[in-house]
Amino acid sequence: MPAIVRTPHPRERRIVFKNIDREGWTTDIDCYLKDGGYEELKKALKMKPEEIVSEVKASGLRGRGGAGFPCGAKWGFIRPGETKPIYLICNADESEPGTFKDRYIIHQDPHQLLEGMIISCYAVNARLAYIYIRGEFPLGAKILERAIEEAKTHGFLGKNIGGTGFDLEIYVHRGAGAYICGEETGLIESLEGKRPYPRIKPPYFPAALGLYLSPTIVNNVETLCDVKHIVKMGGAEYAKIGRPNNTGTRLLCVSGDVQRPGYFELEVGGVTMGELIYDICGGLRPGRKLKAIIPGGSSAKVLRADERYKIKTKQPDGTTKDEEIGIEDILMDFDNLAAVGSMAGSGGVIVMDDSRDMVWALNNINEFYAHESCGQCTPCREGSLWMNKITTRLLDGGGFADDADTLKSVADNIAGRTICAFGEACAWPTQSFIAKFREDFLAYASKNGEKQV
Amino acid sequence: MEIPQELADHIDEVITHYPVSKRSAALPLLHLLQEHFGYLSDEAITWVAAKLELEPINILELVTFYPMFRQSPAGKHHIRVCRTLSCAMGGGYSLLDTFCKHANIEKPGGGHHAHLLKSSDGKYSIEFVECLASCGTAPVCMINDDFYEAVSEESVPELLKKYQ
Amino acid sequence: MSEPIPLLNVQIDGVWHQFPKGTRVIEACAQAGKFVPRYCYHPKLSSPGNCRMCLIEMGMPRMGPDRKPELGPDGKPVINWIPRPQISCAQDIAEGMGVKTDSPMVKECRHGVMEFLLINHPLDCPICDQAGECELQEFSVQYGTGGSRFREEKVKKPKHVELGPRVTLDDERCILCSRCIRFMKEVAKDDVLGFASRGSHSYLTAHPGRLLDSNYSLNTVDICPVGALTSSDFRFKMRVWFLKETKSICTSCATGCNTLIGSRQNVVYRQTPRENDHVNSAWMCDYGRLNFHFVNSTDRLTDPQIRHLSTLETASWAAAIARVGEDLKRFQPTEIAVIASGRMTNEELWLAKKLVDSVKTPNYDIVPRSGPADDILLNANRNPNTIGSQLLGLCSDEPGAKLQQIIDGVSRGHIKAVVALQEDLTAAGFPAKDLERLEALIVMDVLPNETTKRATTVLPSASFAEKRGSMINVKGRLQRLNRAVQSPGHAREDWETLRDVVQQLTGANGVYLIEDVFKQIAENVPQLQALSLSKIGDLGVQLEGVVPAAPVTASA
Repeated sequence: MPAIVRTPHPRERRIVFKNIDREGWTTDIDCYLKDGGYEELKKALKMKPEEIVSEVKASGLRGRGGAGFPCGAKWGFIRPGETKPIYLICNADESEPGTFKDRYIIHQDPHQLLEGMIISCYAVNARLAYIYIRGEFPLGAKILERAIEEAKTHGFLGKNIGGTGFDLEIYVHRGAGAYICGEETGLIESLEGKRPYPRIKPPYFPAALGLYLSPTIVNNVETLCDVKHIVKMGGAEYAKIGRPNNTGTRLLCVSGDVQRPGYFELEVGGVTMGELIYDICGGLRPGRKLKAIIPGGSSAKVLRADERYKIKTKQPDGTTKDEEIGIEDILMDFDNLAAVGSMAGSGGVIVMDDSRDMVWALNNINEFYAHESCGQCTPCREGSLWMNKITTRLLDGGGFADDADTLKSVADNIAGRTICAFGEACAWPTQSFIAKFREDFLAYASKNGEKQV
Repeated sequence: MEIPQELADHIDEVITHYPVSKRSAALPLLHLLQEHFGYLSDEAITWVAAKLELEPINILELVTFYPMFRQSPAGKHHIRVCRTLSCAMGGGYSLLDTFCKHANIEKPGGGHHAHLLKSSDGKYSIEFVECLASCGTAPVCMINDDFYEAVSEESVPELLKKYQ
Repeated sequence: MSEPIPLLNVQIDGVWHQFPKGTRVIEACAQAGKFVPRYCYHPKLSSPGNCRMCLIEMGMPRMGPDRKPELGPDGKPVINWIPRPQISCAQDIAEGMGVKTDSPMVKECRHGVMEFLLINHPLDCPICDQAGECELQEFSVQYGTGGSRFREEKVKKPKHVELGPRVTLDDERCILCSRCIRFMKEVAKDDVLGFASRGSHSYLTAHPGRLLDSNYSLNTVDICPVGALTSSDFRFKMRVWFLKETKSICTSCATGCNTLIGSRQNVVYRQTPRENDHVNSAWMCDYGRLNFHFVNSTDRLTDPQIRHLSTLETASWAAAIARVGEDLKRFQPTEIAVIASGRMTNEELWLAKKLVDSVKTPNYDIVPRSGPADDILLNANRNPNTIGSQLLGLCSDEPGAKLQQIIDGVSRGHIKAVVALQEDLTAAGFPAKDLERLEALIVMDVLPNETTKRATTVLPSASFAEKRGSMINVKGRLQRLNRAVQSPGHAREDWETLRDVVQQLTGANGVYLIEDVFKQIAENVPQLQALSLSKIGDLGVQLEGVVPAAPVTASA
């Protein structure tokens, strides 16, 4: 097998990934402790839980799982003086196509995750926590279980942690191959031992009616690790990294048609798309031109390479200026990717060059969503498979000229009409591929020998 | 269906991880039984239901929902090849075909479906699964619990030799 | 007395209304005359919000800087409309909420959902029992697009699944609303149904080791919005648009579930529950529901019969009544017994008591009948009108207390004439050969049995589906039956037969309208004072001062 380049790129700022691929680094607690591990937990336990929540709010940390929702605000949804038990769940169900970051934290630096998780539990007063890990990471589950045992032996878990009177149990819970378990309420249903059908909101907001209908916080692996670092450097310092409203570092995962695909921890908004693709990832394959990029996991709307994007940029004097930029100029942060009509999502960047067939690519994505739809609500259950059947038929030469319009219309009837964001996730690819590459779909239709409608 | 004492004890211990509701232990119990028996028989399903004081339908609903659970045995060695975009772009589809060829697994209809296919001698089975979260090293696969990155087609015969 | 429920202001399609706090949005819309289509929502079950058919536009008052709602020129709050449509089935109204039920966005949502529901739905309408009462059909016409853009292969699923002894399932028609699953879990307390597989391939099923054999299984057929769950009994029997639906009550136990009898041209095809929150909510048990086939039986007694030596011969009503009068006049009061039934209506019981009084016999009672009860609807007392029997004097606080002594009297020959009203005496403890020795055995019933075979006079009755009348259920609720079909042949309503017999015996004036019978009852029974047959209404009237019938334990 070819050797995979794993040395950090000079432009990276490795905070969460400090220990990934680190020479001599092992997953046992002794290695972690020797490196100064669990000092932040000790520091946190001397703080009041509300202080930790304040630091996280001040840090501007936005969830790293895909939704980008401010972590401090999410924690703040728990009612003060809540009497029901509070649970915290680590969402380790990493399944968004294009994303591969949590895998490494789990397999190589489990104690960082545990430390961040214990600090977070202490901050929100959760006494029972679960790590919901995807079933396809069996080794990762074992690594985490061992780490938990070690942490317990060292008094970082269990009863009366650090003499503070704070008790905490963490258990690993394995999934079994369902992307929908990455949706926080689908995850909760799965953890309760039921079919993972996401819940309707209102009323089942996890902070009010979560696991066992008790207040629950669900956070991504990377987000929980960030909490440790925020406690270490303080929220205000963390907020200085990255850009306003887009603070800190985040893992970007680049795959597809680049010379050096891989994971890169970068300041949010610290690189442009062009710098990411051409400087950090070594550019495209020889003789190829860029055609399209999906910037935030397969659910994110596709960006067309030769398009000009109109955005409003904030000037130093506070005014906004209208600008037209190319795909290479897009800053890799939450706000800018949203401004150009896509999203930062899970940080999974999929690069497609001009050898790629967009109808084929959409069909591949549609099949993913058709397989993964839980089937609970009408639009997604019926529409995801319908869209898949249309793109398959297009590829097989049975397309019609109106298929592009039908695809768009079906997608429009799903997005915004479903119980959970899977509706948007399965609709946005179709909506954006048709919007940006309509001619490719029409070209397929004209290959159909039959008389067209 | 005989459950060895060690497994029974392990099952009881796992149930204690869910002090609020026993039903939560459904998935871990199903994993344990499938790991031991190779698949989940109807007896296993009714056993888990009874153990957790549920109805058999409550467990059947789960077993048929999650693709990792199977109701009939897989091959002695089970291969999972990723089919999602980055791996497909990296050659995942032809990797599946290569595995099938070297593992003597026939693909009815010649298509690429998610169903589990077995070699006639039962040594290997293969599934075309969704994103395994390692897109940067496409194409990827798992054989049993082992994970392989950047799998070239040439390396397939060597790889299979490790699983006899 | 608890505090009154506050009223909240809600704007529906531009008009402000008030509804009690706790009203579901979808119900508020219905009350305002704006029906919102729905599949998975059912007022008696939990709301999963999965069909998405009830999507509407919703908004909340725009708050000013003083955190009070901004008021518009009409003095009412200005509504901030939420850009995404919201389901209306799972949320209660809130003060100042706004709802749009027929905006362009809402119409689009409905088009979308209807189209999605139909793409994999089989074109079974021509053979599907649900046709005519199918919400897919109805909402398709009202809210659908009228065309199909679907060119692909439909998803195939099992089409003829015997889910249980009384329910047949067609998985392709199922729209996965989960009403049946929720009903079985929440109401029938038998969590036997569930969804298997995933996504578009999901299908309804039971575990292979279990059947949907609960005594409430057929309610799932009622609530299934489409023809997925069908009654095996009713399957392919009749198109529902031909059915006349008569409001009545079930007479198979003391609960008295409210029903609709579906009939056409004097044949009863099915019974379905009718909603009454005081009695049966929206349900009935399978046993009571299916207990109507005897009404259509070709064995029904259709003509009066009089015994000549060893055979029963058909006679006219006049002859039969005359014979009854002759027979009863021959005997002393103590030589006569009248066995009435807890299945008789109040009107029948009233006239049966008149018969008892006119022959002055002390020997009368009803036959108690019991069976296993469940904690849901089925009562252990299988007589629908025990309280009526007590109030109208046909039995004491202990129904059947005098039965054994009457049986002994017949056995010893002291009682020589028995009038059996709607009861098979051999099933009530009377040995058949004792009945054969009676000098007069006058029987009123619907079907031939061991008692009618030994009768000296047989008077054919109307079944519960063929008469009007009233009954009092186990909780003291007065409810009425209505006539759905005509009695076969010359069978008559028992109250008229009894009136004729009494007239024959006493020569007194008869009463010729059933309303007048009830009037007589009301004048004489204080608990029914000031009531009339029409005042009972479709949902019945709770009586005061009625002692609930003593709990009956199930007989061995």
